[in-house]
Amino acid sequence: MSMDALYPFAGVALIVLGLEALIRHEHLMRKILALNITGSGVFLVIGAGARPAPDGSADPVAQALIITGIVVAIAATALALALMVRVADETGRAEIDAPRPGEDESSPGSADP
Amino acid sequence: MSPALETLAVSAVLLPLFAGLAAFVIPRAARLVGVGTAVLLPIDAALLAIRVADRGVEARIEIGGWPAPLGIGLSIDGLTALMLLTTALASSGALVYGSRYFARTQRFAAFMPLALLLVTGLNVLFLSADLFNLYVALEIVGLSAVGLVALAEGADALRGAMRYLLVTFLASLLYLLGVALLYHMTGALDLAAVAAMLRGARVEWIALGAMTAAMLMKSALFPLHFWLPPAHSSAPVPVSALLSAVVVKASLYVLLRLWLDVMPADRRLFGDALAALGAIAVVWGSIQALRQDQLKHLVAYSTAAQVGYLFVPFALDSPVAVSGWQGAAYLVLSHALAKSAMFLSVGNVQAFGGDRISQLDRVVQRLPLTMGAFALAGVTVAGLPPSGGFIAKWLMLEALIGERRWWLAAVVVVGGLLAAIYVFRVVGPAFTKGVLARPPRRVPGTMEWIAFALSVAAIALGFTAVPLLELLDVGAPFAAFEAGAERR
Repeated sequence: MSMDALYPFAGVALIVLGLEALIRHEHLMRKILALNITGSGVFLVIGAGARPAPDGSADPVAQALIITGIVVAIAATALALALMVRVADETGRAEIDAPRPGEDESSPGSADP
Repeated sequence: MSPALETLAVSAVLLPLFAGLAAFVIPRAARLVGVGTAVLLPIDAALLAIRVADRGVEARIEIGGWPAPLGIGLSIDGLTALMLLTTALASSGALVYGSRYFARTQRFAAFMPLALLLVTGLNVLFLSADLFNLYVALEIVGLSAVGLVALAEGADALRGAMRYLLVTFLASLLYLLGVALLYHMTGALDLAAVAAMLRGARVEWIALGAMTAAMLMKSALFPLHFWLPPAHSSAPVPVSALLSAVVVKASLYVLLRLWLDVMPADRRLFGDALAALGAIAVVWGSIQALRQDQLKHLVAYSTAAQVGYLFVPFALDSPVAVSGWQGAAYLVLSHALAKSAMFLSVGNVQAFGGDRISQLDRVVQRLPLTMGAFALAGVTVAGLPPSGGFIAKWLMLEALIGERRWWLAAVVVVGGLLAAIYVFRVVGPAFTKGVLARPPRRVPGTMEWIAFALSVAAIALGFTAVPLLELLDVGAPFAAFEAGAERR
């Protein structure tokens, strides 16, 4: 396997690891971290797919994509962390329970006052 | 490229953007700015629509004069104009309602800027002709929507917002992955350029699959709908109106553009799968709505069901598909107005004194405008004539029957019946005595009138089909489906 193939594979591996962690863990902090890892994986794939200019200089479009992605991820992570703190303040736990199969939070009579 | 059209398009973005920033920096001016935008934006969208219809062909704007591939392009065809109109009308109702709804609470200072930025993001999305611009727009919309949901007090709203954020963030990353792969394969981000260069390679299929999954998550199509009922039912009422009316349709719009412009020729299986999910969503969502006692939950499940209708035309693959998609676009507009009216009237009932069906104490006598609004909105949602919903469903049924898709046609009809049932589940008890949760309070007139106006507009759409469908034809946005029959 050449060095060139390392980047896309690593990117995809990160994406999958992040997804698995997102699904498996209940604690919000872990979910947020998992999403960030997935994000890093996506950025790596962007970089791996970049097309260098004919004169050998780096691909500006891929760089722009990655930088924008990072900025958006930072903003979303900040919002997520703030929300997590508020959820923890209101409910005492930093977890949102996933609905069990066949039941969801808005079945009749189950709403909170 | 006539300057007036360009100005109108760019104002559709700049007006809510600057208004939102002004509302944030000068909280005292928030109400003025919000109501001002609510008045100006529909005028701008209507003028744009008239211009587009007159022009008769698709228009393209290169920002700053830089052509693709370096520059960012905006494109305006009939579908774009219709979506801008939908956003303008639904959001102006929500903005004015919100200015009264939040009037005495601290949340108002946060509602206006967020709502205006949400509208900005939506307009950018509908105008974009570029994969990455779409990504940025999706993010603006998603993050402001989450912020708006979190405005409501209470654990339910916060959990709903958190779940929504996780889902939308993940979906955006999947979309970005798709963009990365398509860029790698074609070297371009502009939709038209990408479409010209696709070869049907496996990587391209993977990219489109990732992007489709992402858009399905954002649109809450069954089975990825789980975040929608908690978020839409616990959010403040004007926020729920905005979310149900436009935000869930925005991701459908992105998916549609990808399918129309970028999808390879042989997509029959994919289309059938999406339509099947849509059909399940219609039936499942409607049945869940029937089971609800809480009004907002009922309306939220109704949204999940109506979104299903919008995916049914994916199964069509012949020249009649055009009329099926016209029906879906018409449904987007009608549903946006009707669903906003529904949520806002439920908000009025809540402000009055109860939020469950069992608590509707002779609401018809005490809030006639509100119950009238709910009933009229229900007529559109159920697809009864004369209403926008009827026109939309008629067009879709025409297309489905034309292609002999009996099961899907049956689902569309049954969905309408179920919708009528759950609307009557609310309207019926409104005539009878119930037990109020708390002593009745006066509902501000503005709030009642806005809900009523929106529902009347939805009915009025039943009479304006011809000009709107002509508008929709500009630029032949659904032409790719017409060509589908020849390609097979």
